[in-house]
Amino acid sequence: MNTIAENNWLLTALVFTPLAGALLMVLIPEKDERSHKQAALITSLLTLGLAVFLLWDFDYSNAASLQYFVDTQWIEVIGAGYTIGVDGMSLPLIALTALIMPLVFVYSWHHIPEPGNAKAFLILSLILETGMIGTFVAQDLVLFFVFFEVVLLPMFFMIAVWGGANRRYASLKFFLFTLFGSALMLLSFLALYFLTDEGTFNMLVLTENAGAGIARGTQLLIFAGMFIGFGVKVPMFPFHTWLPDAHTEAPTQGSVILAAVLLKLGTYGFIRIAIPMLPEAAEAWAPWIGLLAVIGIIYGALGCLAQTDMKRLIAFSSVAHMGFVMLGIATLTDFGINAAIFGMVAHGLITGMLFFIAGSVKERYHTLEIKRLGGMLVQAPRMGWILGFVSMASLGLPGLAGFWGEFPAILAAYNPAAGVPEGTFRGYMVVAAIGTVLAAGYLLWLLQRTAMGEPSIEFADDPNITDVSPTEWIAWTPLLVGIVLFGVAPGLIFEVTDPAVVQSLDNCIMTGCEGVQTATSAAGGG
Amino acid sequence: MLSSIEPFLAVTDFNRPAIDWHAAAPELTLLGFGALITMIDIGWLERGRKLAAPLTSLALLATMVPIITLALSGEDRSMFDGGFVVDDYSLIIKAMFVLTGYVIVLISSHYIAEGDYWENEYYGLLLSSILGMILMASARDLISIFVALELLSIPLYMLSTWRKRDLKSNEAGLKYYLMGVFASAVMLYGMSLLYGATGSTLLTDVNEAVSATATPSALVVLGIIFVVVGFAFKVSAFPFHTWAPDTYEGAPTPVTAFISVASKAAGFVALMNLLFVGFFGRNDIFEPLIWALAAASMTAGNLMALRQKNIVRLLAYSGVAQAGYMLAPLAVASDVPDKALTASVTYLVIYAAMNLGAFAVVIAVARKTRSGLITSYRGLFRYAPGLTVAMTIFLFSLAGIPPLAGWLAKFRVMEAVIEADTTAGLVLGIFVALNSVIALYYYARIGFMMWAEEAPDGDLKPVSVPLPLGVALTITAVITVVMGIFPGDVLGRFTEVSLLAGG
Repeated sequence: MNTIAENNWLLTALVFTPLAGALLMVLIPEKDERSHKQAALITSLLTLGLAVFLLWDFDYSNAASLQYFVDTQWIEVIGAGYTIGVDGMSLPLIALTALIMPLVFVYSWHHIPEPGNAKAFLILSLILETGMIGTFVAQDLVLFFVFFEVVLLPMFFMIAVWGGANRRYASLKFFLFTLFGSALMLLSFLALYFLTDEGTFNMLVLTENAGAGIARGTQLLIFAGMFIGFGVKVPMFPFHTWLPDAHTEAPTQGSVILAAVLLKLGTYGFIRIAIPMLPEAAEAWAPWIGLLAVIGIIYGALGCLAQTDMKRLIAFSSVAHMGFVMLGIATLTDFGINAAIFGMVAHGLITGMLFFIAGSVKERYHTLEIKRLGGMLVQAPRMGWILGFVSMASLGLPGLAGFWGEFPAILAAYNPAAGVPEGTFRGYMVVAAIGTVLAAGYLLWLLQRTAMGEPSIEFADDPNITDVSPTEWIAWTPLLVGIVLFGVAPGLIFEVTDPAVVQSLDNCIMTGCEGVQTATSAAGGG
Repeated sequence: MLSSIEPFLAVTDFNRPAIDWHAAAPELTLLGFGALITMIDIGWLERGRKLAAPLTSLALLATMVPIITLALSGEDRSMFDGGFVVDDYSLIIKAMFVLTGYVIVLISSHYIAEGDYWENEYYGLLLSSILGMILMASARDLISIFVALELLSIPLYMLSTWRKRDLKSNEAGLKYYLMGVFASAVMLYGMSLLYGATGSTLLTDVNEAVSATATPSALVVLGIIFVVVGFAFKVSAFPFHTWAPDTYEGAPTPVTAFISVASKAAGFVALMNLLFVGFFGRNDIFEPLIWALAAASMTAGNLMALRQKNIVRLLAYSGVAQAGYMLAPLAVASDVPDKALTASVTYLVIYAAMNLGAFAVVIAVARKTRSGLITSYRGLFRYAPGLTVAMTIFLFSLAGIPPLAGWLAKFRVMEAVIEADTTAGLVLGIFVALNSVIALYYYARIGFMMWAEEAPDGDLKPVSVPLPLGVALTITAVITVVMGIFPGDVLGRFTEVSLLAGG
């Protein structure tokens, strides 16, 4: 098994530092809001420090192997291990999570959403961070499942308590949709456990096994369960309806975390679990995944064009962007999946940033209705420019991060993996390319109607409308820098992810699975 | 004189069976304390009131001692030709019943003392009911199962009418009593058929006889169906659940907690003893029956729970659904006996902690609101954050959300039905998965009300939680959290069904 065991404590510390901070905060009285904010910020900065150390200490020449690997017993009776490790595939996502959270806490310094109670809000955010990082380091299916679910409760409460007017509907919908997916996902995990000869939840072993010994029909069913589980979280086209509601009603911080990290748990599940463990089924499902992905791209874009609410528009743009990510994944090529991971990080930075702006707009204008806004460049020029800049990044302007997620994904569709129908994917490619045009349409349209022109009479002399505040600058600058940095030097991410991605596809996907499986089963039968 | 009856004695050939006093020690301890409490009541009358609750707690703690020493000795014991068995399985069940009883005493003490209730009798009846339960854990004989069942049930019929000036409580008790007696009668009839068909009441003998032939006789089929149906009443499985919501609502809440956890668990223990020892060879009869009961219970229970307005009725219907989850592994008992048994027991133990906790919160909140309406939980977070967090833990554990213990319970159930690798098992697994989603709706709705809505009338007066109730909440909450993260091997110790048979 491809692992390097050293510095075993690092990942455990990374996962549980936020939780430890949250437990400490339980002891601080609720009245002392300032201490809570400090404690949350310091905890997340400590976590970020650990993540930076991880980035520094990570052995890049060995990015395909799991590093800082820990493998001990956890719940013996069900064969679940505490197995964690990090490779090039998860490293960028861990870094993204560790970066986003301090920014969220900086933003929270002056922006605890109604109805207040900083203590509960910040504690929930920290639990969320533990869940997210834990999901990215887990190398055991049960552990993965538990961390995957740990994020549900805090997010539910974040929307339910601190959300907008329609929060009850939105929070319950989010919760029910996700649980529906993960319940089926759990069934798939269990089926995989029992049908694999090794009888283990260890993801390394299951990846190495790559579905050997499981009948094709069964593989397809197991994959379908995971498909729904991860697809709801992404969210893919027919399962996406929870996302616009959740985003619209969630407080700014919730939207940022949701867009920047939570959606990635689904796509990460595809590339870490579903595809490497069941390559043959992945190959069979790939055209359907690709189809849903391009429907998502077009549907999301059209949805954007129909929105009257800025936050809802950004939410629908997430559906479209995650469509590109899923298209990249569906090609089953290393090129496409690298693009997908890049797309995940870029979408995290860009859409996270867009939701920050939406939150600040809401705070100033008390509305997000696009037709009532306007002239932001006059009243708050810096904010207007930032919106313009991020919109450009979002529509995939070369030189900014968004480009490197979208363009290679489209390109990869031209030449998908061996066992995947080429013609179909070239068709998808054309549709996805049209999607980028639509994306430019809705983003420029948004920009034009909110930032350009004269301020509407309603807000012309409103003293509330001020430019970017210092806390906002601190919270936003790292994201803006990241957007430029990864736009100019995409190799920073591609070089890390590539070896791990290639490794994860090191099975029958390379040459096409159908013939291989028939051969092995014939050999097994004889 | 004596010499003249000696020949008769020789003819009856009676030998006193050997008694392992250590194995019987938990039951005997509890019996001794129960007698003591009754004596104190008779002798000291009102002066004994203050002693009742502490003595009962002491009785339960003292009972834990032999249970622990038996567990440490690690030796499987059996008496009366295998009719009474002490093994890891039965010890875990006994420990669960005793701990449940302890928590019930904690949540009862203020409730009973503050209301206009008889106190000593309350605790005396409680102890005899627990005695029946721990006896059930060891019973491997039709007669002793029946005796244990009546010993645990009859006190509960009385306890549910404990609010004697309340019409609803009278209704609760009467309904429970009539339904319970009806179920007992059906079950007893089934047992008599089985005895008629097999010639023995000992479960191991029954098993040998019923599985001797390829096709069972009509007598055996009817006997097994009647016995299983009788216990379906006890565990409130659909469609034999109709007594539960009314009884739960009318009975004093601590008694409701006791019925919903301990009495249901006792029904399951009896069912497991019967299925795994007595009827094991006849899985062709009981498995389809259990399958249908499980699928119907979880679906119907959840759907009906969606429409409830009263928290106790909601917990009653959620209890019907939970009974469905617990029954599910038993429907694949023959394919994966070890897994199925551990899954059901794990579910029972975790269910006991989380459901008791939920009832403890209900009792605490009702101290202020004097209401059982779900809407009275609105805005609870504003004035009782501790209780809200506790209730959140219990409700979402019931819903099976990790890392709270309920997830492990549900995981084990799914594990068992999937490992069976049969279509029936897989379909049941899908039932469990989809039902978890339905159930989440009503649990999360309460969560939403507690956290995100305003308190009715803006009344933010805090809830006073007496110390024993606080201790009960702490115990159950800690178990609910810890069992979900570090269950250890407590629930994995007994993996061999063969131990159940003893003999």
